[in-house]
Amino acid sequence: MTLSEQIQDDIKSNSVIVYMKGTKLMPMCGFSSTMVNIMNMHGVEYKDVNVLEDPEIRVQLSAFSNWPTIPQLFVNGELVGGCDIAIELHNSGELEKIFANAGK
Amino acid sequence: MTEESVKQRIESGLVGSQVQVLDTKGTGDHFSAVVISNEFEGKSLVKRHQMVYATVSDVLTKELHALQLKTYSCKEWKQEN
Repeated sequence: MTLSEQIQDDIKSNSVIVYMKGTKLMPMCGFSSTMVNIMNMHGVEYKDVNVLEDPEIRVQLSAFSNWPTIPQLFVNGELVGGCDIAIELHNSGELEKIFANAGK
Repeated sequence: MTEESVKQRIESGLVGSQVQVLDTKGTGDHFSAVVISNEFEGKSLVKRHQMVYATVSDVLTKELHALQLKTYSCKEWKQEN
């Protein structure tokens, strides 16, 4: 499996997945840290992928998602957005609905 | 980069948009922008951000490390204020 296939497979097989700098236990960037805080507030289970482990992950991910920056949140195989969108959707109550449908 | 150069890129990429840019750390590489454009009407947040990112794609993740975004259609902007 190529790295790009691996990424697409991970996004498909994990109903909630976050590509971030660092890990959920140790975020390495303010925006990734904010994303983790939002995820924690919702108490949602998710897979985290640390893009700092291999610079190629970010290249392949962004090519696939058409999204240049990190973090990136995917639910049910679809890009929900980066940090700003997660904040906005959290504030509007939309994110709760999105997570409620995760895995369904 | 400067606030003005980021603003000019977004405005020329999204014709008719109104853009406010802030250099959030004062280091010329982290910016926050509010973008108001009729082009956003009826589009998802992901699509809107992709439209703005496209205007700075040559510098984003290079000179431009981070671009925080708030996007409004003209209608939403009026409702907000």
